[in-house]
Amino acid sequence: MLVHSRWARRAVQAVFFLLFLPVFALPFLVVLAASFATDWSGALPSGLTVTHYQDIAQGDSLTALTTSLVTALAASLIALAVGTWAALAAERLPRRVRRVVDALFMLPVAVPSVVVGLSLLVAFSEPPLLLNGTREIVVIAHTVLVTAFAHQSVTAALTRLDPAYEQSAASLGARPSYVLWRVKLPLLLPSLTAAAGLCFALSMGELSATMMLYPPDWLPLPVKIFGTTDRGALFAGAALAVVLMVATLAVLLGVSRIRTRASYR
Amino acid sequence: MTRGGIRFDGVTVAYGDTVVLDSLDLTVETGEVMALLGPSGSGKTTALRAVAGFVRPTAGRVLIGGQDVTGLPPYKRGIGMVVQQYALFPHLRVDANVAFGLKARKAPRGEIAGRVAEALEMTGMTAYAKRYPRELSGGQQQRVAIARALAVRPGVLLLDEPLSALDAQLRSGMLTELAKLHRDLPDVSMLYVTHDQSEALTLADRIAVMDRARLQDCGTPRELYRSPGSAFTASFVGSANLLTGVWCGTDVVEVAPDLRIRVREGAADGPREGDVTVCVRPHLVGLGEPDGSGLNVVRGAVTGLQWRGSSHRVTVAVAEGCEVTAEVGELRVPPGLGERVALHFACEDAVPVGVPGA
Repeated sequence: MLVHSRWARRAVQAVFFLLFLPVFALPFLVVLAASFATDWSGALPSGLTVTHYQDIAQGDSLTALTTSLVTALAASLIALAVGTWAALAAERLPRRVRRVVDALFMLPVAVPSVVVGLSLLVAFSEPPLLLNGTREIVVIAHTVLVTAFAHQSVTAALTRLDPAYEQSAASLGARPSYVLWRVKLPLLLPSLTAAAGLCFALSMGELSATMMLYPPDWLPLPVKIFGTTDRGALFAGAALAVVLMVATLAVLLGVSRIRTRASYR
Repeated sequence: MTRGGIRFDGVTVAYGDTVVLDSLDLTVETGEVMALLGPSGSGKTTALRAVAGFVRPTAGRVLIGGQDVTGLPPYKRGIGMVVQQYALFPHLRVDANVAFGLKARKAPRGEIAGRVAEALEMTGMTAYAKRYPRELSGGQQQRVAIARALAVRPGVLLLDEPLSALDAQLRSGMLTELAKLHRDLPDVSMLYVTHDQSEALTLADRIAVMDRARLQDCGTPRELYRSPGSAFTASFVGSANLLTGVWCGTDVVEVAPDLRIRVREGAADGPREGDVTVCVRPHLVGLGEPDGSGLNVVRGAVTGLQWRGSSHRVTVAVAEGCEVTAEVGELRVPPGLGERVALHFACEDAVPVGVPGA
């Protein structure tokens, strides 16, 4: 511990909260307040109302929410499957090849997501792979963007996994596939769910690549929020943002419950 | 399933230019406990892993139960293995851990429960069947690991430093239990890797002493203890006074210009000329002037005195650069440092163990 005396620790904690609250927590409270307002010209919002939420409940915003949820779910499941597979397969590769694979997976994160969106658009605008204007291209873009995180966290978990588990299982007569399903994946489950949560959250909030790609019949919620606020309907946009936030947090909470039940150590 | 017996047939393991196991030839008979004893880096664990199938020999063959398994993957070898860190599956309860190998080998469903119960019974862990590994102590976890390995009824049981993670008291208890297991399973060959000579002496039918990737010596504990084949074996199996000298007669070694000792009469240990190392076990050295004749007597000043509860270890400088330690029963009046004393030992107990530095 860096600071030992009690008053010093209190002081450090106070400084932390003074810095932390305005930057991390307050903006969310402001959005929440704005979503119930019609006007905000003074220190506090005024014209308390729930009309924004009523509009959401009736309009096509719910479709946008469903679109986002489906996209994020599909993207994170595919990313998790691909990332885990790649991480498991890379274990047997020579160190140098493994580095190249790692770098390839990190590429979409290193490159700005607008560029990822644009390159997918350009790449799949001509036959035989004409995906431009389809729902799939949005899911593909999200998958490409989040797979890096799934791959990275599974790789990290694998390096921490004691090879003695795998070897003991093998010595007991378990074939590699049996070891994978009965030993490795169960032991990796906490990391897998953590990775799934991270992928899901990132996909739920993805805007820039989506903007380049979304077809009219597949409009995710972040794009809707951007469009709404861009039109000047700031408070309606705030209400949509709250919906996005709550939906994402609810799913993450569900995933984290799986995680606590699956952690053994 | 393959039955007992392991044979190493010129097994060499090398990583690039580094040879970690150098053409090992060794046979473990059915029902025999063979200890691989050596310091870390001696190649003993590599030898065990070659039997398990986790390292592939660069040259040579490994046979289990008379069958060449060199090219077989670990899961087809019909072995049981217990490792130092237990490696119990943390997500499975004790009974599921023990049943793991049976399920993986697709044992008949009706048979599994009975064999799990039997293995738990054998290791005294029946009461803990529904616990998770994290809820058990180290010694209990190691028992479960042994039960897990025994449940598949292997012909060969590999034990890789199974007791090193336990404290001294538990270790001696587990040693007794392992010896009992060995009596209960007369068909199972055990390969027991350890760096602890007392474990090897207690448990093994034979000990293979390894050093620097090579097999140095192999024999029953008594043979290795009474007549070690090399200075390394002498110092690694039990403690030893190693005196270097020159042969000057068939049974006489000159340790220093004015100090000659008579050694054990000629066994088949090569020509008796040139340099030689002689091993004398400290507990076979007596303190004081000898009662009878025909004993070696060395005299000098006491340079070290250790009290060990039931015994005293007295170190005496008998010549320039040459010390002899005697381990004697606790002394009522131990000699003081610097006091001149005599030590004596039988010629029979001074064993030539080869050329120094070899």
